[in-house]
Amino acid sequence: MAEYQNIFTQIQVRGPAELGVPIGRATGNRTTSIASSRLLGAFANAQLGPIYLGFTGTLSIVLGLIAFEIIGFNMLASVNWDVVEFVRQLFWLALEPPAPEYGLSIPPMADGGWWLLTGFLLTCSIGLWWTRTFLRARALGLGYHIPWAFGAAIWLYLVLGFIRPVLMGSWSEAVPFGLFPHLDWTAAFSIRYGNLFYNPFHMLSIVFLYGSAVLFGMHAGTILAVGRYGGERELEQITDRGTATERASLYWRWQMGFNATMESIHRWAWWFAVLTPICGGIGILLTGTVVDNWYLWGVKHGIAPSYPAVYPPSIDPSLTEAMR
Amino acid sequence: MNRSILSSALLIGSLTLSGCWEAPPMDTEQIGYDGVGMQVTSNPDLTDPLKRANVLPEPIPAAAQTEGGPKAGDVYQNVQVLGDLSIQEFTRTMASITAWVSPEQGCAYCHVGNNFASDEVYTKIVSRRMMQMTMQTNTEWYDHVGETGVTCYTCHRGLNVPEYIWFDEPPANRTGGMAANSYQQNHANETVAYTSMARDVFDRYLDGEQEKIRVIAQTALPIRNVTQNQSTQATENTYSLMMHMSDSLGVNCTYCHNSRNFSSWEMSPPTRVTAWHALQMVPSLNANFLSPLQPVYPEIRLGQLGDAPKVNCTTCHQGVAKPLYGQSMLDDYPVWRGEGLGGERPYVEAYDPMVPMDQQPTLDGDQPVSGQDAVPGEDESASLDPVLRHLMTGSTPADGPASVVR
Repeated sequence: MAEYQNIFTQIQVRGPAELGVPIGRATGNRTTSIASSRLLGAFANAQLGPIYLGFTGTLSIVLGLIAFEIIGFNMLASVNWDVVEFVRQLFWLALEPPAPEYGLSIPPMADGGWWLLTGFLLTCSIGLWWTRTFLRARALGLGYHIPWAFGAAIWLYLVLGFIRPVLMGSWSEAVPFGLFPHLDWTAAFSIRYGNLFYNPFHMLSIVFLYGSAVLFGMHAGTILAVGRYGGERELEQITDRGTATERASLYWRWQMGFNATMESIHRWAWWFAVLTPICGGIGILLTGTVVDNWYLWGVKHGIAPSYPAVYPPSIDPSLTEAMR
Repeated sequence: MNRSILSSALLIGSLTLSGCWEAPPMDTEQIGYDGVGMQVTSNPDLTDPLKRANVLPEPIPAAAQTEGGPKAGDVYQNVQVLGDLSIQEFTRTMASITAWVSPEQGCAYCHVGNNFASDEVYTKIVSRRMMQMTMQTNTEWYDHVGETGVTCYTCHRGLNVPEYIWFDEPPANRTGGMAANSYQQNHANETVAYTSMARDVFDRYLDGEQEKIRVIAQTALPIRNVTQNQSTQATENTYSLMMHMSDSLGVNCTYCHNSRNFSSWEMSPPTRVTAWHALQMVPSLNANFLSPLQPVYPEIRLGQLGDAPKVNCTTCHQGVAKPLYGQSMLDDYPVWRGEGLGGERPYVEAYDPMVPMDQQPTLDGDQPVSGQDAVPGEDESASLDPVLRHLMTGSTPADGPASVVR
């Protein structure tokens, strides 16, 4: 008998392909071929397919691909169609939003028009994919937890790329499409608005983000640790807890006095995950529209303490120079 | 088997990391109150070679003090800046300049062999202006350079042309037409420490009409049309300039800023005030000294857009917070203090290299001062070709002796 270890998957179960429940007429939207991959089995289920395509999924991929290509080809054009430079500088390249002088008007293609078109196509693509998550959940008789959670992420995306720029009256406030450029934008955005760390919604977002990682680690660790008692069959254990659940619960009660249940731990994880972009989106939305300098806002509301001075405070030299 | 997969994954991971980042350990020096992250970080792997590179050259032994002896301007012709020096000190100064700027070519880099007074070689005109720039830097820009000051060596370090200069940024090599403009951003560029931000920061902030550096709102809440006018994109440009400064000085943000609120002067280390003066000084040097020399240079010295070489922070700093680690050369070469030298107008504001020094407008802007007998002698300029003669005297051949007053 194989040694049962829980860090890497060592046992792969193979059998007849799992075709899924019949879903009536829409079954025709599924691909028919089913593959099995040993490599995939090392990480997840070895079975690949069938995939449900459908109208929304197919159109979403098409629109998303067009947006991706527009970004890619504009990046390639920015290095004069030099493929070597494209690869070498890929992390630096970007498709930039329009300059501030264009406001909310539609700029020429070269001056941000491509960015606007890409944003539109990408938003359509994401919206269609959201519809797909909703429709497939309904088809399988599930709750709508996944569409809601995905919607939370879309909220943050829309705030960054659409809602806030519209409120600020300028597309230029949006994020560029690019790897390093969007990171540089993020840092500059925080600096421009007086340090986003003093934004309470940014604080909450970070709490939920880091909290998500902690919860993920705690839950995954717990379940793997009681795997030897059948602990991975969590759903059965909601109604019939068995020794794995008993031990897992006892472990956390010993550790910290209380424990989540097999069911409630997933509510914890879902809420933490969903609240990360919801809070983040609120924080971004308030920045520049309602609050212009989060540090000064923090001072005003008593959340930014002052520290003892180590060197004599400097005076803005532009003021003293003017007095000369 | 798992163990070998794991170890090779770790190996690949660590190789990738070592290729991307500076290897630890870093040195950190606390410069603020406990626990607020006010630290200056440095990496011995980077600073050790810098320490070796920033050793001062052995000074030439001081010249004997001679009171009342003849002055260089009395003995030699066409000495426009250093004319008040004693003969000995003048010779010593020339020797030091040669060692710092043209150790291989020697005197011939600037002088015509049989007539040292001649302004025939363009480098002589340039070096004259650079001497004035050095003196002005040490007097007018004391707030930035302090007692340490600068000499030719601060920038040149034994090279004809300082290693770190800049030219106007040519347009990116991009496809025109409908293809998206990246606004001089989004390419890997050393100038701005390999960020993806604007690489034309020197054009924006260090020369000509300067863009506004201050972008951070000064009120907690927005005031319509007052605080909302600095865009995030403008902030990226400022940030880009700051990356250049950080990279030039080999320091992190907190060397000058309290990062909890970058714009606050009250919380900033005093170094930020010094840097502020630099941001006034550098555009002034570029506008008054470097750029006006453009017509003098041969094409090989010009940028792709035909502009003159200019200075930025790296030109002097070269990776070190205080150039040459703050070692001053002014005690050995006091001439560069610029006190009481160079006649009455050592620093002409609106310099025109086409006009000889004694006819440049004064700081007051009206009367040329003829304090020195430093006019290029007729005998020399007569032997020049008409273009050079015009360059030196500001006169067309038909005009006769120099008489054009700007």
